[in-house]
Amino acid sequence: MDLDLGILGQQILNGLTIGSMYALIALGYTMVYGILQLINFAHGEVFMIGSFLGLGTLLGLEALHISLPIPLALLVAFVVAMAGAALLGMGIERIAYRPLRSSPRLALLITALGLSIVLQNAVMLLVGTEDRTYPEAFTEALIDGFDLGPIHISYQQLFTLGLALVLMVGLTVLVQRTRLGKAMRATAQDPVTAGLMGIESNRVIAYTFAIGSALAAAGGILFGLTYSINFFIGYQAGLKAFIAAVLGGIGNIPGAMLGGLLLGVVEALGAGYVSGTWKDVIAFGILVLVLIFRPSGLLGERVAEKV
Amino acid sequence: MPGPLLRGKAAMAVVFAVVLLLPHILRFMPQSDYLMDVAITTAIYVTLAIGLNVTVGLAGLLDLGYIAFYGLGAYAAAIVIHGGAAQAAVSGGPGFWVALPVALAVAAIAGLAIGLPTLRLRGDYLAIVTLAFGQIAKLSENNWDWLTNGPQGMEVAKPLLFGAELRSPYVLYYIIAVIGIVTWACVRNLNNSAVGRAWVAIREDEIAAGAMGINVPKMKLLAFMTGAAFAGLAGAFFASKSGFISPPSFDFIETIIILAMVVLGGMGSLPGVILGGIILAILPEFLRSLPSILQMEGSFDITPYRMLIYGGAMVLIMFWRPEGLLPEAHRRRELHPNLAEGERKPVGHT
Repeated sequence: MDLDLGILGQQILNGLTIGSMYALIALGYTMVYGILQLINFAHGEVFMIGSFLGLGTLLGLEALHISLPIPLALLVAFVVAMAGAALLGMGIERIAYRPLRSSPRLALLITALGLSIVLQNAVMLLVGTEDRTYPEAFTEALIDGFDLGPIHISYQQLFTLGLALVLMVGLTVLVQRTRLGKAMRATAQDPVTAGLMGIESNRVIAYTFAIGSALAAAGGILFGLTYSINFFIGYQAGLKAFIAAVLGGIGNIPGAMLGGLLLGVVEALGAGYVSGTWKDVIAFGILVLVLIFRPSGLLGERVAEKV
Repeated sequence: MPGPLLRGKAAMAVVFAVVLLLPHILRFMPQSDYLMDVAITTAIYVTLAIGLNVTVGLAGLLDLGYIAFYGLGAYAAAIVIHGGAAQAAVSGGPGFWVALPVALAVAAIAGLAIGLPTLRLRGDYLAIVTLAFGQIAKLSENNWDWLTNGPQGMEVAKPLLFGAELRSPYVLYYIIAVIGIVTWACVRNLNNSAVGRAWVAIREDEIAAGAMGINVPKMKLLAFMTGAAFAGLAGAFFASKSGFISPPSFDFIETIIILAMVVLGGMGSLPGVILGGIILAILPEFLRSLPSILQMEGSFDITPYRMLIYGGAMVLIMFWRPEGLLPEAHRRRELHPNLAEGERKPVGHT
């Protein structure tokens, strides 16, 4: 079989685009897991609500007859959605997780699931069950693109990849270079000792939820600019992003980025070269294989069991 | 006061009596067919909760793909009853009673197949691999048109007994009640045996259990297979009872609901998971009919808020009792060392 490099490149680009959305959501899973060892099942719903907040902002601007240039309007949407999602994430942590922090971890998993059902149904009651699309002015502005050799790059793809890159670099700087980042790393390593060193772990945890949720909301708007959205999108996207986080090594921030991009590319290649209906089977199959041979994920450290 | 052993026996006798007499009580209620359907669904969920409790509650292996075994059992039964692959032109296989053990075997083998490669995995990594297996199973059921008829689903014949089709919900109820009771009895006996103690030891500390001479891989595989086998039985019953199966019945969310039953009732505690299963299976139906019970029909429609309340109830119950409604004694002591109603404090553990 001769391989058309142009098509291959196109599939990889498509994969990286959806993969960068997975990665943005996966970061929230992995950051929370790194600190609390909790699978925050409500995180997918934060992504979904972020997407709706973005849509709501754009529609709100329209309804108020505030006509901003498209980039500025998008900026407003991103700011509102990310801030809203950050508050929501902190609220979720405060209400549903903090009171149970000393309980068995599965109890927390159940409150996370219960909360996810509540959020999903609350949104369903507010906006209904039908699919919604972002205003055409925005989706159409991004639909064009340019050719780079045999590969067609749409502005939407460029924008998604660019913004995801900026956010990931920003997060890396935040975690590696700032006092807050240092406190987050210390709390993840050993919450008790970090507390003894004067780090307010509750505040660090709240910020971690806020940052992860804001990133998911950004992913939500990027998703909404490409696909139609409804109250149920958080389920599938959350599942995929969670898998991406584990693939990279859960608790590991570069791992979540790598896992997300890899999952996107594998899916796109599976859809392009094998079959569209079996692409998810391929993605899940690869996840299983990776974990069987590297049980702590691609970049996860092997932690020796403490006896 | 009678001793706890006697109280336990008395409680069990009451539960048995209720299980056996339930159809005769529901028969006299309005909408008895609907109530029987709820009772049958509840019994299926309780069987599944008891099965998942073996894997998660006793052996401590978080299995997020549990519903796949239920689905495999259902499809295996459907194919046996059909007499071959869905789109092959055969029809009229050996029937429900042959399908039942086949479904059990298929699910148990699937449990072994998933258990073997995942022996090295721990905690959340195990959870995610089982989740992936569950998704693969569901997607295969959806895509493998030749075998399963894909998203259109498969028609399944009702169970036959002496040539008569068992359509009556009362008979179907007793079939699932027997399946549930057999599951309960097996798990109870395993739990009280060396196998059950080995599972609990592995759950508490895998390394220490291994050092004490427990064959950890063998016991883990046994836990996977036992849980899976009962899910397979329940799946075969579900297929034949509903007369139709399709992939959406075996979605990830179902695993989550069953897991919620186990955690809500009290992980590892058999009476607990049965109670958890009953509550979470009936709650949505109860909420559906609440307005008519309160004679407030028309003034307020609760249907859209049903799942909202359901999710909220899950959160609140966990706040109230994170160890579950009827926790295992051991776990209760761990969580409330000061409340140990006259029980000895655990030694060593803090």
